[in-house]
Amino acid sequence: MTTQNGALILVVDDYQDAREMYAEYLQFSGFRVAEARNGNEAVAQARSLKPDLILMDLSLPGMDGWEATRVLKADETTKHIPIVALTGHALAGASEGARKAGCDSFVTKPCLPDDLVIEVRRMLNVKQG
Amino acid sequence: MRSISRATAPLATAAARLELLEYFLVHYEDLPRCAQASLEWLVRHAGVRRCVCLAIDGEAGQIVGVAGVGVTPDDVERYAAALTHIHDPLVRALTAPAPTTLRSGRENGHARYPGFSGANVLAVPLRGDDHDEDADAVGLLLLKTGTSVTGDVNWLVTVLGQKFDQIRGRGSLTEELRKLRRERALFFTIINSVTDPIMLTDTEGRLIVANSRAEKLFAATEEESEGRRRAVELNNMLFSAALSRTAVEAPSEARELLLVDPSDGSDLLFEVLSTTVEDPREGTGIVSVLRNITDLRRATEQIEENYQKLRIAEAAVRAERDRLNLIIDSVADPILVTDQSGATVLMNAPAEELFTVGAEAPPTAQRTVQSNDAHFSSFISGLLLGESGPGEIRRGEIGLMNPVSSETIPVEAIAGKVLTETGELTAVVTILHDRREALERTRLYEQLRAASDELQMRVQSATAELATQNELLRRQAIELEQASRLKSQFLANMSHEFRTPLNAILGYTHMLLQGVAGDLPANIRRQLTRIDSNGRHLLTIINEILDITRIEAGKMPMQISEFNLNELVPEVMAELDPVISRSKLTVTSRPASAPPTMVSDRQKVKQVIVNLLSNALKFTHQGGIEISVDYDGGAQLASIAVRDTGIGIAPEHHDKIFEDFRQVDDSPSRQYGGTGLGLAICRRLASALGGRITLQSNLGEGSTFTLTIPAEAPQ
Repeated sequence: MTTQNGALILVVDDYQDAREMYAEYLQFSGFRVAEARNGNEAVAQARSLKPDLILMDLSLPGMDGWEATRVLKADETTKHIPIVALTGHALAGASEGARKAGCDSFVTKPCLPDDLVIEVRRMLNVKQG
Repeated sequence: MRSISRATAPLATAAARLELLEYFLVHYEDLPRCAQASLEWLVRHAGVRRCVCLAIDGEAGQIVGVAGVGVTPDDVERYAAALTHIHDPLVRALTAPAPTTLRSGRENGHARYPGFSGANVLAVPLRGDDHDEDADAVGLLLLKTGTSVTGDVNWLVTVLGQKFDQIRGRGSLTEELRKLRRERALFFTIINSVTDPIMLTDTEGRLIVANSRAEKLFAATEEESEGRRRAVELNNMLFSAALSRTAVEAPSEARELLLVDPSDGSDLLFEVLSTTVEDPREGTGIVSVLRNITDLRRATEQIEENYQKLRIAEAAVRAERDRLNLIIDSVADPILVTDQSGATVLMNAPAEELFTVGAEAPPTAQRTVQSNDAHFSSFISGLLLGESGPGEIRRGEIGLMNPVSSETIPVEAIAGKVLTETGELTAVVTILHDRREALERTRLYEQLRAASDELQMRVQSATAELATQNELLRRQAIELEQASRLKSQFLANMSHEFRTPLNAILGYTHMLLQGVAGDLPANIRRQLTRIDSNGRHLLTIINEILDITRIEAGKMPMQISEFNLNELVPEVMAELDPVISRSKLTVTSRPASAPPTMVSDRQKVKQVIVNLLSNALKFTHQGGIEISVDYDGGAQLASIAVRDTGIGIAPEHHDKIFEDFRQVDDSPSRQYGGTGLGLAICRRLASALGGRITLQSNLGEGSTFTLTIPAEAPQ
């Protein structure tokens, strides 16, 4: 758990309230947090910061979450970073589309901050193996 | 009477007179015979019934009776008077110039004139020379007085007188010879002039006298050819044989005799009539007359042959006609055969119904038959007049009428000529075909076709309308589908848009309650808890709307798997355990005794049970809830019943509660929470699983919701 404390999480969401809420709670939970508002920023931040995990909202303006995930998973320098997809689209097929794009996990909004932290920790543990 | 018969007595014909003269010639020496023949002739030809002939016997110097008819021979012999008794009435009558009437009377007990029954007698003198009234008579003819002395009597008196004179006063021998030769020549002339062979033979068949025809058959001289002689010899043998047979079998009957013609050897057939004659001097002879019947026989045979042929032909014709009659009578159509004059010679029974009528039939029927006849005659008149060529068939329509029913019968008439080999018209055969049936059939067919056409038109217009309706429906369906899809899409988008702010609300509330902002006073914590619970309720509503949308949009596909229904119930109870614990109700389950292996969508079944149990918990305040599982193996239907002891539902609300966003109490101030979408979703899920949800409930009596689904869900 100590290794997880201080892990860098990139939170990607175009909706400021949600993005900042998750960021604030992750910081409150002991993580370092970086933020991106769209796909392009997400790709740029991931490449420069090399975060330990990316929380990716899929519905984004410009390059959307699926596209950004595909780009990052195709990049040798970023493909090892686990990506947890976040979506308000509860329709069937949404999670399937996310996995196809390369997401490692999938969380449906609304997602309470507590639940999100639990999922982040789980994914980091998986990564550490 | 008598005078009438005398007056009408006909003169003897010349032939009869000649016959007597011929007899005189034959019996030229026999005075009594000639006299007897003469008297018999008188009886036959002059109406005399009784007479006696007397002649002068020069040697005895007497006048004596020689012949008589109507009297006995004895009476004749009693007549005898000496010529010397010149006062004797008979002697006196001899010398009288005219016939003398002798008075009757009796002498010596006997009638003076025997045979005349005491009547007066007319004595007619017979003279040798008729014209010399002074000459002495040679005999007397005694007739009953009153006998009409006709021309025939006078003729006989003359010829018999001459004959007596001839016989009595025969002159010199030379005169006799000359006379004989003349008579012989006359005799031969007569018999030779007869075309049939005539001959007199002895009883052995040897020729005595023959006419030239007979000689050709039966006589041959040495100079004649061998063949002819043999033929004659053969004929003589055949004739002798025939004669002997005739004598034995039937003397007077005609017999057939086959002889040979000596001139050419051909067969000749004769009919032989033989009569035996007795001659005091020549003895018994046979007179035979042969009649050549060869041609007659041939003709007869020919006639018989022809007759036979005719009979056979007639029978054949009759058979043919019978067969023809059978044939034409068996034809249902009327048939008439008309000869060249237009007369009907043959008609079958159907034709008779139209063209014949009994005499007792009413006048209308008679007129109908006449009218039919006129129509028919005018139809065939063209054929009879030869207007059409040979072999031509004439067709036409005639309007006839049934004489009995007066029903109009339109007939098609077909007439053909019957011609002889030489092309001569002998008959016209006409067949009349009743067209009523055909016309009726045509009429029915037209009706049927009209009806069929109308039906077809109706079907077409109906089909067209149907197509229009279908097209409209199809468009409406497309529009509805589009609308439904748009609605689902809209709701999906809306729920997403709802979730995003709700996510933040719930998140921050949660963070505050988690103490991100440090410890909170109790009243703020309570207020935050209110925000949190209302936010969660809103989220449930949004999720349920989303579920319905997904089901309707077909975006909730069936996930078929095998599972045990008995295991599903405890699972649901465990999931709802926190709620059950809070409710203080007794919740029990009763599994199926023989649980089926379900092949269905486990998640959906579970969702329905969760929903039903949630509802039961929500609307039950005391008592308990029982979940029971049953399986009907026959119908292969599984059922899960959730029975509660809750508030119950009035029957009039049973349908209503399955509608979207409905509770029994719809008022804003309603007592129970929830979206009112739970049962609506359950109903849709049950339908998707191939089953249904039923409700048994009454107000205040609790409710039983039962999910019934097939063990194997439809694909």
